[in-house]
Amino acid sequence: MRSMGATQEEYYRGVRMVPYDLVKELALALAGLGLVMIVAAAFLSSPDVGPVTIAAWAQGDPVDFVTTATGELAGSTTSAGYGAPYNTNADGQSWGPIAPQKWFGARIPVDSANAFVIQPLQRAAVGNADLGAAIGQWKGASADQQAKWLDAYGKALPSATVSDGKVTVATGDYGPLPVMMSNLLGVAQAGGLDGLLVINDRFYQTDYTQPLLFMGDGGYLAGLADQAHLTGSQWGMMNETGSYPGQTWLWLYTLWYQVPPFTSDTGFLGLNASNADLGVIILMTVLTVALALVPFIPILRDIPRWVPIHRLIWRRYYATGRPVTRT
Amino acid sequence: MSAANSPEGMSPSDASSWTLRTRKFVERNVPMDHLLPQRQPYYVGSWVYVFGVITIAALIWVVVSGVVLSFMGPQWWHASSVGRFFNGLHFWSVQLFFIFMVLHLWGQYFMAGWRDGRAATWMIGVVIFAASILTAFTGYLSQQNFDSQFIAINAKDAMNAGGIGAFFNVLNFGQMYGLHVMLLPIVVTFLVVAHIVMVRARGVVKPIDAEGGTRS
Repeated sequence: MRSMGATQEEYYRGVRMVPYDLVKELALALAGLGLVMIVAAAFLSSPDVGPVTIAAWAQGDPVDFVTTATGELAGSTTSAGYGAPYNTNADGQSWGPIAPQKWFGARIPVDSANAFVIQPLQRAAVGNADLGAAIGQWKGASADQQAKWLDAYGKALPSATVSDGKVTVATGDYGPLPVMMSNLLGVAQAGGLDGLLVINDRFYQTDYTQPLLFMGDGGYLAGLADQAHLTGSQWGMMNETGSYPGQTWLWLYTLWYQVPPFTSDTGFLGLNASNADLGVIILMTVLTVALALVPFIPILRDIPRWVPIHRLIWRRYYATGRPVTRT
Repeated sequence: MSAANSPEGMSPSDASSWTLRTRKFVERNVPMDHLLPQRQPYYVGSWVYVFGVITIAALIWVVVSGVVLSFMGPQWWHASSVGRFFNGLHFWSVQLFFIFMVLHLWGQYFMAGWRDGRAATWMIGVVIFAASILTAFTGYLSQQNFDSQFIAINAKDAMNAGGIGAFFNVLNFGQMYGLHVMLLPIVVTFLVVAHIVMVRARGVVKPIDAEGGTRS
């Protein structure tokens, strides 16, 4: 086998070599960068807007909280009808026969109605007879009856009033829903729901799938994100709270979400706003592979020869008539 | 093995030693005077060549500041001014790492740095870029602040649509934190070391259309 070491000797044969201190260069770079970073860290610090708790949501916008919880019971929220990997209530995004979301099934099962509303209420019902009776009435009712209560309550919520943090709707036939929702709201405002959504019968917790899905279903957190310019339509994936730089290296990924066909209802070749996530993932995968294969792709590999930037980089070489012999 | 490469004066047991063969392979392909040369071709005189070294320096700062943060735990920097300072070092070193990595990438593109048998070095560089983006992404998800929350909620749709979310759950802090502080830094560091060794083993590519250089 021909070694790379021998190859380098042959490659540089006849080329004038000059002193070059790599280690010194690295040491200077480390010191210089260290100085810049220390100054930046000391004077600019780093972004750290505190997380939004479910308690803050329930206190800050009780109607949105109750509306979301009601939607969970009705199965009308984003998470309830999401599909894989949380449930099988939708097919998810696809492009022709390409449907990776569906291929792997519900690997992270989440039953939104039970997980976000019924189970926390059952835990909170200990020592609360009224709540226990309301849950019993709800579970004992037929699906049609539940749907009628949910429909009536859902229609009343947009006109709900808030007093002392409590949500009040116009009089109507809502079954046990007002009792259930006022208790859930109370538990949430006290901070209990933040814990109840992550316990899963374990003590140590590191998985926030359920509370994040629940908050994602509501409008409160999304509204705060919109104010901070973090949403997808605001180039949010590369933004950061405040005036800090975010993941600017995601600019190309974020760009596709701002342009057709990924913003269009009709789209192009089956790619449109409804399957934009899948389309952008496929496109970025293709582009990344193409970047890796640039050395083998005609035109892309020839551009550096056509664009004379290399003449600036090696201007001394080209200015001196390409001397390659040793002096 | 060719006669020129066969270890001379060795016993049969030495000749069959995997350890000795590995050492000889390394000595042949990456001799120390190539790994740490004190001289370079005279055309290595542009600032563009410094971008790679600065990227390595930034990565060292990323790792050092990250080690301090991981040692103290994920909540330390929210409640301590010293912790906030070290998070600032981590944050800005990551920003500088990406700035100079992208400059290095563009520099190498316009120098066609993959010429003369260096395509694999370029390809590993692109993989490092992709792995670094994934590492930074898990870092943003591990911050335990508002950004982490919304990035997770927003990003899950893309991950799920691509089928990745079934295995890479951006809403699971434990999984993201573990990947960020352990697995992905090892991957990036290993690839960067391989990238550097490949650069040093082959040496710096000649200028475009230089005598003795090939066209692609």
